[in-house]
Amino acid sequence: MSTTYNVIGTRPVRHDGADKVTGRALYGADLQLARMIQGAILRSPHAHARILRIDTSKAEALPGVYAVVTAADFPPAPADKIVDFGEGDTPLSSLRGNILASGKVLYSGHAVAAVAAVNAHVAAEAAALIEVDYEPLPCVLTAPEAMAPGAPILHEEFANGNVADQIRYEMGDLAAGFAQATLIVERELDTATVHQGYIEPQNATAFWSSDGRIHIWCSTQGSFVARDATAAVLDVPVSQVKVTPMEIGGGFGGKINVYLEPVAALLSKKAGRPVKLVMSRRDVFTGTGPTPGSRVRVKIGVNDAGKITAAQSWLAYEAGAYPGAMVVPGAMTVFACYDIENVLIEGFDVVVNKPSTAAYRAPGAPNSALATETVLDEIAEKLGIDPLELRLRNAAKEGTRRADGPRYKRIGCVEVLEAMKASPHYNAPLPGPHCGRGVAIGFWFNAGLPSSATLSVNADGTVNLIEGSTDIGGSRTSLSMQAAEVLGLRAEDIHPTVVDTDSVGYTGVTGGSRTTFSTGLAVHDAAQMVVEQMKARAARLWAVEAVEFANGVFSANGQSLTFAELAAQLGSTGGPVSCSATVNPKGVGGSIAGLIIDVKVDPETGKTDVLRVTSVQDAGKAIHPAYVEGQMQGGTAQGIGWALNEEYFMDNSGDMRNGSYLDYRMPTALDLPMIETVIVEVPNPGHPFGVRGVGEANIVPPLAACANAIYRATGKRLNRVPMNPATILGL
Amino acid sequence: MKAFDYAAPASLPEAVGLLASQPSARLLAGGTDLLVQLRSGRKEADVVIDVKKIPELNEITFSPETGLTVGAAVPCYRLTAHAAVQTHYPALVEVASWIGGTQIQGRASLGGNLCNSAPSADSIPLLIALGATALVAGPSGRRTIPVEEFCTAPGRNQLAPGELLVSLHIPAPAPHSGASYLRFIPRNEMDIAVVGAGASVTLTDGVITAARIALSSVAPTPLFVPAAGEALLNQAPTPAALEAAAQIAQEAASPISDMRGTAAYRRHLCAVMTRRALELAVARAQENN
Repeated sequence: MSTTYNVIGTRPVRHDGADKVTGRALYGADLQLARMIQGAILRSPHAHARILRIDTSKAEALPGVYAVVTAADFPPAPADKIVDFGEGDTPLSSLRGNILASGKVLYSGHAVAAVAAVNAHVAAEAAALIEVDYEPLPCVLTAPEAMAPGAPILHEEFANGNVADQIRYEMGDLAAGFAQATLIVERELDTATVHQGYIEPQNATAFWSSDGRIHIWCSTQGSFVARDATAAVLDVPVSQVKVTPMEIGGGFGGKINVYLEPVAALLSKKAGRPVKLVMSRRDVFTGTGPTPGSRVRVKIGVNDAGKITAAQSWLAYEAGAYPGAMVVPGAMTVFACYDIENVLIEGFDVVVNKPSTAAYRAPGAPNSALATETVLDEIAEKLGIDPLELRLRNAAKEGTRRADGPRYKRIGCVEVLEAMKASPHYNAPLPGPHCGRGVAIGFWFNAGLPSSATLSVNADGTVNLIEGSTDIGGSRTSLSMQAAEVLGLRAEDIHPTVVDTDSVGYTGVTGGSRTTFSTGLAVHDAAQMVVEQMKARAARLWAVEAVEFANGVFSANGQSLTFAELAAQLGSTGGPVSCSATVNPKGVGGSIAGLIIDVKVDPETGKTDVLRVTSVQDAGKAIHPAYVEGQMQGGTAQGIGWALNEEYFMDNSGDMRNGSYLDYRMPTALDLPMIETVIVEVPNPGHPFGVRGVGEANIVPPLAACANAIYRATGKRLNRVPMNPATILGL
Repeated sequence: MKAFDYAAPASLPEAVGLLASQPSARLLAGGTDLLVQLRSGRKEADVVIDVKKIPELNEITFSPETGLTVGAAVPCYRLTAHAAVQTHYPALVEVASWIGGTQIQGRASLGGNLCNSAPSADSIPLLIALGATALVAGPSGRRTIPVEEFCTAPGRNQLAPGELLVSLHIPAPAPHSGASYLRFIPRNEMDIAVVGAGASVTLTDGVITAARIALSSVAPTPLFVPAAGEALLNQAPTPAALEAAAQIAQEAASPISDMRGTAAYRRHLCAVMTRRALELAVARAQENN
């Protein structure tokens, strides 16, 4: 497929750029409303304790305090109700329990009560006056410990101790497959709990009006999901809640769940004023959803030709306080890059006394890919085969079946591996001693989900684009470009606005790498409707039956009008044109990403310096290549941080000791070289422009690629991430 | 953060008088530690006394005979930009440029770093290696404290109620002397030392005639290891001699395990960082005629 585009594939300036670089863009914490007051949350100092008594009287008596709420202020609701966040279902009881603890606290940082007061200082002082009597209970902090007999139990009502869920995928004949193998390698690797590390803390402002309407302003990846979750938690109809999404300073999956929105609403209802809640960085670390720590075992057998004959995996992921560790996607992706006949995968969703985990960029997949891709590296070395060649011999192709069921349509695994092999980086020598090069690949499904868009034609020939997708990675522009392509306009002629939940059709989260794909499809469809209506206007104008439209020009019988010329005549040909589309697409295309990384390890200190990095990813079609590269670089940087230094450092009592950016060691700009990118384009047949979605697969390979590079540099195969300097030296 | 009273005395006697009437007052220079501690609730204050407006606390003076005096509130950026400091104390310029980022260096001071008395303070091991002393003023007059004796426990020091730090004095560098401070952090910036090592060395005819070594982050206070320096006296700076001194430094350390590193790893790093700091100090001494 070779299509020539006018706009798609170019790199226009982002529509929200000027507002953001000049500081005019409004984030949640910037919001000021008349009579607004500030809130504060009281959090548990215990990782596991029974709440015996909460006495809020002293806080309520403090001058300047307007309202105090606890879990007792939630309206009664059925316990088995399920809420859908777009990246998984959550029982309402878990959702409420995580927002304000009831009965027990399950992690250090668990919200227990909230206060609204005249300012943030009084609110904090009042929160400190709330008396909570706890009966501390033993805590359990890792999945293997939580699965062991006699472990402290978080949820007494669970049938299976701390194992909230188990999954099993089986295909072929595992024993026969391993019997055919001439080499079998089995390894077990642990990963630590890590946080998405978005720069903007969670925030929410709510006003519960006397007419019952609730208006929320917040930083969210999905305004409709925030609306639906808030409505569910508060047991009010969704139409009673309006969510205005503010600009967002990063999410990476962590801003899908609601934490503050319902609390701000409850406080507002009591106070009769708008209430703003803003998290501190420590609140973000201890009170929102990091990604699970995990233990993953992988066993792979190969024959002499380097063909995988069987693969087996056992995965235990830490859900945190409530069920829903991303073990299902972890299990689905563990062998997703490869064509394997005989497979057994078992996964366990395990609750532990840590913050309830949330999505993080290809959630679950980096953990499991770490095990698979390091085992394959070891196999390649033992067989004396180039590690990319080994992967090519086993690469998933169109028609390959995954153990969890689906067969791939067109998938770019071979193309990504070939691009890695051909890259200048892979063919360059290493710079010296103590250096190593690692490679790995990874898969992410991407998501569809509903999206809506409205296009309205302005008389000056420009078009307003109304949409509901939070713009995290430049989607205003990637969506505008798709409209411009269909309409024969420039990206600058489209004026995108992200609006509140009352002002656009239902739109799912900005997550699952879906916005450019799904909302892009809605924009594409709406733009085609605009073209059809505009053609009808031209036909009326020229009194003809059929009008052609190409490259932004309407023509028939030798007459022609540009889009702008025709737009100027809409008033006299029947009135304005505006078209809306809502889609729920099924043609999602998964993405494969690969990473090549060179490191140098100081043999005396164990410090890893990253020398050179190349990220390769199948974008399907890169609508705005600079933003695709930005996604690839961002996911790679996060994956390298996860691999080398990031972790929740908990003491034995379950208290996070490094809940600040000083001690939670994410890589800074000085820790990484410029990350080189190679965009591979194997178009997705399920999207008119071939879009696959690029936000996530890129974070899957770095953990394993770093592990493999460190092995090549040091001769050590580590079984734990982060591979920090002390771990590398075994100290 | 709780509301507090604020005072900004314009002279040292005024500050001492104010402090005498408010012995629990918190002293504020750049505030890069204090304000963070107040905001996070780690410290509380009823009264904050800002010492930035006191002239004597803002002076930098250097003479080749007596050395360098740095007022307690002099921000790091003034130190790193000072020509004489750049010429005679290159290691001090390096350390001052590691304390926070550019914006922090506009406020943060060596005096504040010393008075905050963190075991991990980057400037203190170098000040100890350079033989610095602290001038303190209080209700009973002035006194001088060697920097290696200043800190007494994490966040605690020799300042008595009513006393404040006026300035730091660093002797003039001897001919053929060199100093250095190296720290280990897992990242390349924005981190607290897992282990830091400060060293100074004076060479006479190729033989070490003076050496001082101090460590950060391996004891309740920045740790002066006199035995490590003494072991180098009258020796050529050979790899074996430097390694032997590094081993002595390692043995003197009593690190703990925390989120920044395990005790075993810190102990290992003591030797590595001390040896590397000594190598750099020796190289500078050899260049310094």
